[in-house]
Amino acid sequence: MSAVILAVVGLGAMFLGYRFYSKFIAEKIYRLDPDFVTPAHAMRDDVDYVPTHRFVLWGHHFTAVAGAAPIVGPGIAVIWGWGPAFLWVVIGTMFFAGVHDFGAIWASVRNRAKSVGALTGDVVSQRSRTLFMIVIFLLLLMVNAVFSVVIARELITMPSSVIPVWSAVAVALVIGVLIYKVKVGIFWPTVVGTIILYAVIYLGEIVPVSVPDEFLGLQPGAQWILILFAYAAVASMLPVWLLLQPRDYINGIQLFVGLGLLYGALLLANPTVVAPMLNTNVPAGAPPIIPLLFVTIACGAISGFHGLVGSGTTSKQLNKEPDARFVGYLGSFGEGSLALATIIATTAGFASLADWEAMYTSFGQGGVTAFVQGGASILSTLGLPVAFGQTLLTVMAVLFAGTTMDAGVRLQRYIVQEWGGIYGIPALQNGYVATMVAVGACLVLAFGAGGADGTGGMLIWPLFGTTNQLLAGLTLLVISVILVKLGRPSRYTMVPMVFVLGMSFLAAVYQLWDLYRTGQYLLVFLDLLIIVAAVLVMLEAVSAFNRERQAARSAA
Amino acid sequence: MHSARTLLTEFYVSPYRGAIARARRDEDDLFMLLVFSELMGVPNPAAYFTLELQPILLERFHEWHQRMGLEHSPLDGFRCC
Repeated sequence: MSAVILAVVGLGAMFLGYRFYSKFIAEKIYRLDPDFVTPAHAMRDDVDYVPTHRFVLWGHHFTAVAGAAPIVGPGIAVIWGWGPAFLWVVIGTMFFAGVHDFGAIWASVRNRAKSVGALTGDVVSQRSRTLFMIVIFLLLLMVNAVFSVVIARELITMPSSVIPVWSAVAVALVIGVLIYKVKVGIFWPTVVGTIILYAVIYLGEIVPVSVPDEFLGLQPGAQWILILFAYAAVASMLPVWLLLQPRDYINGIQLFVGLGLLYGALLLANPTVVAPMLNTNVPAGAPPIIPLLFVTIACGAISGFHGLVGSGTTSKQLNKEPDARFVGYLGSFGEGSLALATIIATTAGFASLADWEAMYTSFGQGGVTAFVQGGASILSTLGLPVAFGQTLLTVMAVLFAGTTMDAGVRLQRYIVQEWGGIYGIPALQNGYVATMVAVGACLVLAFGAGGADGTGGMLIWPLFGTTNQLLAGLTLLVISVILVKLGRPSRYTMVPMVFVLGMSFLAAVYQLWDLYRTGQYLLVFLDLLIIVAAVLVMLEAVSAFNRERQAARSAA
Repeated sequence: MHSARTLLTEFYVSPYRGAIARARRDEDDLFMLLVFSELMGVPNPAAYFTLELQPILLERFHEWHQRMGLEHSPLDGFRCC
């Protein structure tokens, strides 16, 4: 099987999805109106509500939603063969993620740019709003824990990436100061910053950095995790213009460069997919493909996190309502293309089936490591040395994960502070205390799952996917209820909702048994919370639909 | 080239415009509190200098009390509306 065919078929199908399916949804279901006055105009304040060019908005939406998750998930899930992962990413993007992202923006724009959380309270029930907050907190907790493990793992496997990764922080700080304090234009900092970022990769190759094998009884993985959270705590308290904003920006640029490089090299090299389409030789102990495939690949197929971005910031800046289709659907298209590139790198970037099987020896293996190795061997056709390519891709993946952690810890701090306000605990309202609480919770999870070396953290990955799908289910529920209220067909969002909720529930139940069997009691507890949340979401869905149906009947 | 630069600038600025404006407003509020501290009975050693700033802050003060949900100025000695 040629990898180029895979790429062309995948991208082609997703494009057809945009061209035809999203058009149908836009015209017949959401009924976008070019004359509708969007909140960006109606509530314009030039701060939060600013009409923004759709290319810029798409750029943000895409770079905010695409990060390390569409690399890690598909990188793990190809263990079942490339076929299932490919189908789920392509079909998921076309019929699930596109409609979900696009719908979240539409629902928010039609309701004074309220977030999905607030909309849940308005259209479903106040109870589900509380549920929503809990699911978000769990999601952030897991995202931070799991990404710290991913980063630690990569920094240990690739000591040459340590200097480039931390230099990116310095580059971001300098760009932040240059733009906000020195008031330099955007162009030169971008160009010079990007060049420096790639130049230090050479430096990293010359000076690889490793932490000691043992320090105060801590193994390298644990040391890096502690360093990362110490950094994240400090970073989340710095002003956003100084670090978070330039870091997000550089990452966005990196994402475009990386995708361009990967697909460019793919076209030139046209490698052969060595992995089987359906792996009949799955390593012992790997979980069943159904339902686990659908939670292992969350971002890249459908992810609830997108709804938060779409209804949080994107909807406040939408210039015209029809732009929602371009921004939302094509945003998930972009993420799908990153997931697709990962599938190809992790299945076609190996010399033989034996090499591939040596990478995927058990479930949870592969991920970023397979992406880096496979991707680098494909990039080598562009004339890049393999070692350089490996460092480059590692740096890229780590930067994506790192930026998500920065933002995740900050958001978690806000939630803790909000709880401090609601329950009248002044200590929690303090920024430093709240950050410590947020970081502490993540550390407990990162270390609690799999011992003091912190390497067992990948066990959380499917749990993270499950929570993400639950959130997507909640968002789809809100959109469906709004559609029922408007008397429009709701099956285009209802079917994906039932599917993702069903799969995440099954996955959570399977994992409960699996985690109990392996004695991961902390995660058993977390999983129980997820199951309770999933059941509650389903009950809320049933009651909301019954209520709306009765309302429609009595009105008729 | 010019429009590419504008797009790039927008791409940099717009996701954080709100967050930065709020942070700035908080800092400005703190500064205003210092300027008006004497009026609220908080001794201010720099009152001689801050007194001069009060008229300059008049408009911002008006915005502030409206933002706080007070229809009219809460300070007796300083009426803005």
